[in-house]
Amino acid sequence: MAEPAITLEIFRYQPESGAAPAFQSYEVPYREDWVVLDAINHIKDTLDGSLAYRWSCRMGVCGSCGMMINGVPKLSCATFLKEYSPGPIRVEPLDHFPVARDLVIVMDDFMHKLPGVRPWIVREDPPPEGTEYRQTPAELDRFKQFSMCINCMLCYAACPIYGLKPEFVGPAAVALAQRYNQDSRDRGSEARREVLGGHHGIWDCTLVGECTTVCPADVDPAGAIQQAKLSEALARVTDLLTPWGRR
Amino acid sequence: MKEYRRPMPVAWWLRRRPYTFFMLRELTSLLIAVYALVLLLLVRSLARGPDAYQAFLEVLRSPAAIAFHVVALAAAVYHSVTWFRLAPMAVALRVGGRRLPAPAVVAANYAAWALVSLAVAWLLLRS
Repeated sequence: MAEPAITLEIFRYQPESGAAPAFQSYEVPYREDWVVLDAINHIKDTLDGSLAYRWSCRMGVCGSCGMMINGVPKLSCATFLKEYSPGPIRVEPLDHFPVARDLVIVMDDFMHKLPGVRPWIVREDPPPEGTEYRQTPAELDRFKQFSMCINCMLCYAACPIYGLKPEFVGPAAVALAQRYNQDSRDRGSEARREVLGGHHGIWDCTLVGECTTVCPADVDPAGAIQQAKLSEALARVTDLLTPWGRR
Repeated sequence: MKEYRRPMPVAWWLRRRPYTFFMLRELTSLLIAVYALVLLLLVRSLARGPDAYQAFLEVLRSPAAIAFHVVALAAAVYHSVTWFRLAPMAVALRVGGRRLPAPAVVAANYAAWALVSLAVAWLLLRS
């Protein structure tokens, strides 16, 4: 009996060929324990070595293998073929990003935006001598969820606001900003307001909520943005009522 | 190397159900805006005297006006319910070191809604 198979329709873009992007179909063995990344690796190894894509850890930690799978942003290492049986499965590069080649996106935009939200502990005074900053489990709990981001860009691919308005700082950058804003050791929330509360910051978000739905690390970026909106609104009222307190 | 940029289709919000529901929620605000306009026109007719007010009430009794109000009510309820469902995302209250669970935040919103509705009902029905 022939081995069961499933078809993958993969988005191909080869800039040097001058050809328009198109979908190419590949038939791969259908195995219950295979994820989409296994199938793509099978294509690369045995059917078509020219296929380009990113991957590394195969266990949902590195955040490299994000792709649109049947129109939904997913980590291809965590998406089983059997969820789409009998197929075909359509695989595309993540939405809203320029495509460098095949399934490889250009994420320079995010890399430029990220330092703008200062995702590090901002403090002017020197750290305590001979010891370290102490933090209680409750203080850690305030930001831990937002620190789990693996920069996989699924949330940007799920965000129609980012697709329509590429200037929007975006879900992951705000989640990472909140990760530090909520950290008891940090003093940088005022400095982060310029980008977060600015022209293309949190107020561009109209709460579609899909960033949180697709997040493979349960970060809840939509929650981070709404909480940042609440803090920013309160800070603006405070600025208005106490103009002398504003730096 | 030349990058390929994919255009965002005009009907992007029809491609997946969550986007469609989001757009539906956004569109409900149009009906609510029209309803607010109707209320303003009602106030204007009141300012113009009893005849104008009676004439406006007649307009409001027309089947078209009643149909509009039913649809606007449905839109307002859909808008409110979907926002209440999302409220726990924005509210990260901590009680006794633990984050207030999402159902509690949603329940608080419904309780506030019920209270305001009761207050309005009391205002309207007390005479």
